[in-house]
Amino acid sequence: MDNEMLEVKQPTYYEEVIRKGYDRRDFMKFASMMAAFIGLEKSAIGQVATAMETKPRIPIIWLHFQECTCCSESFIRSSHPMVADILLDMVSLDYTETLMAASGVQAEQSLKNTMKKYKGEYILCVEGSVPVAADGVYCMIGGKTSMHILEEAAADAKAIIAWGSCASNGCVQSAKPNPTQATPIHKLITGKPIIKVPGCPPIGEVMAGVIVHLLTFGTIPELDRVGRPKAFYSKRVHDSCYRRPYFDAGLFVETFDDENAKKGYCLYNVGCKGPTTYNACGVMKWNGGTSYPIQSGHGCIGCSEENYWDNGRLYDRASSFAGFGIEASADTIGKIALGATGVAIAAHAVATNFGKKESIHELEVEGKESEHELPS
Amino acid sequence: MANKFLHIHRLRRVYVWELPVRFYHWLNAAVIIALIVTGFYISNPLSLMSQKEASQVYTMGWFRYVHFAAAYLFFFNFLFRIYWGFVGNKYANWRQFIPVSKRFFQEMWTVFKIDILMLKKGGKEQHHLSIGHNAMAGFIYFLTFIAFLVQCLTGFGLYAEMGGWWLPRLFAWVPSVLGGDYLTRAIHHWAMWFFILFAVIHVYLVFYHDYVEGRGEISSMGGGWKFIEEDVFDENKHQTPNPEKKK
Repeated sequence: MDNEMLEVKQPTYYEEVIRKGYDRRDFMKFASMMAAFIGLEKSAIGQVATAMETKPRIPIIWLHFQECTCCSESFIRSSHPMVADILLDMVSLDYTETLMAASGVQAEQSLKNTMKKYKGEYILCVEGSVPVAADGVYCMIGGKTSMHILEEAAADAKAIIAWGSCASNGCVQSAKPNPTQATPIHKLITGKPIIKVPGCPPIGEVMAGVIVHLLTFGTIPELDRVGRPKAFYSKRVHDSCYRRPYFDAGLFVETFDDENAKKGYCLYNVGCKGPTTYNACGVMKWNGGTSYPIQSGHGCIGCSEENYWDNGRLYDRASSFAGFGIEASADTIGKIALGATGVAIAAHAVATNFGKKESIHELEVEGKESEHELPS
Repeated sequence: MANKFLHIHRLRRVYVWELPVRFYHWLNAAVIIALIVTGFYISNPLSLMSQKEASQVYTMGWFRYVHFAAAYLFFFNFLFRIYWGFVGNKYANWRQFIPVSKRFFQEMWTVFKIDILMLKKGGKEQHHLSIGHNAMAGFIYFLTFIAFLVQCLTGFGLYAEMGGWWLPRLFAWVPSVLGGDYLTRAIHHWAMWFFILFAVIHVYLVFYHDYVEGRGEISSMGGGWKFIEEDVFDENKHQTPNPEKKK
């Protein structure tokens, strides 16, 4: 019998949802929520629903390299239970080290099969950075370096999603001095569309939104200059912060235990990195819209920004000046330079009166002479 | 009763700084002061223990508003000055600022020896007589233009996401090239110190030249006039870095 005949037709998301015991009403709620998250207007909800009713699941290969799995944790805690159900149980995580049932040889076989069966169609999701130092020995799976696995899997992928800060910009393991030379995906793979979804971790709904967008439109979402989906990363946390009125008013928390902190004032002066961080935390929040760091009274640490571990201290917005020790801020150095300039000017002024004595004297004499010659 | 060695100078009046240059200078001074003051406040605001509600006060908002408004003035003033570098008189010309000739570097070295090291030649004091900028000053102004450029790039780069107008949005690429708003903001802050140090030294040197040369250095930025000794003028002994090419 022809091998092709044996293949079971991929079910659609809708079929999977119904099989799971959800009713159509739940399904429509989910479609609406996702449409809203990815920034679509109301009329596009139908498009999302239709896509999930008719299109087969997207095959996904989800690789884990140097990372802590917090992206997966965030993803399976998406607020809507269907997110986890649909996008995990069913979608089709055809291969993912953390969540799949298979292990060992079977797991590796599953990866190979998926790559062969869905050549050019599967989405490669990468969680974690790739160490390139010492020929990549710092992260190996099944006897292969992560670089090798990535190159193999990326070759026939339709698109790559770089989950989290590790895959997008290297995160903590690429912080100075970066002993393993942890490298984000976009620096290793070229010629494939790469969607960066930074954050440590990214918001679960954002992750789901990216996949729903791929499913609905069959294209990668609109990306900004850095390669992040504009729908989620076009605004600063600061610009969508509910404490923003306190910032504009000039009402700030000075220490975490002062009266202003109790009143919920702006955390700018205790090092909130919201003003330099692009993410959707202020709008979508976490754990089903329950809260987000700033709402819990803690400043943003800028986890979705490049080099956030090297961008100064977590509770200090002013950066230290490289090469001058951690305590020397730009202003300290500026003040020292200003003082030195003052001293230099004073010294020069004194020296002028000695060094240029003749000229100054001549000018004085000349000026006085003219004064005498003028009739009163 | 004149001293026997005394030579009473006759001075020629030279129109050095045209009105647009003076206007540029003082507007620039005013907006830079405004930008530094508001910039310091924005980077490290006071915590007001106000009993008022946020809806009743707008302190930070006003500081930011003034900063952005001054930034626009600064930017257009800067553009205007570049334009004037091509159409203004020879002392405003761009050739006064960019060290492209050997003569320019030689003159910078001369100014350094005379005005900073105060070296004497044959036991006699040296004078460097320039009517417009001397080469050293011209070069330092060239550095300030680079600092202006850095501030415009980083400042509008940070502002781009907030601005609805196309002009600041032209700079939106800056933070992504630098790897985020954090470093962009840090550079913007560090570069500000250049302006402070420049202003202090600049004001000092204006007084220095006025005091040592007595040729109207301070008042020149008011009326535009500088004065040069007639013999220097007649013998064409004054120096101008990178003069316009002889016709």
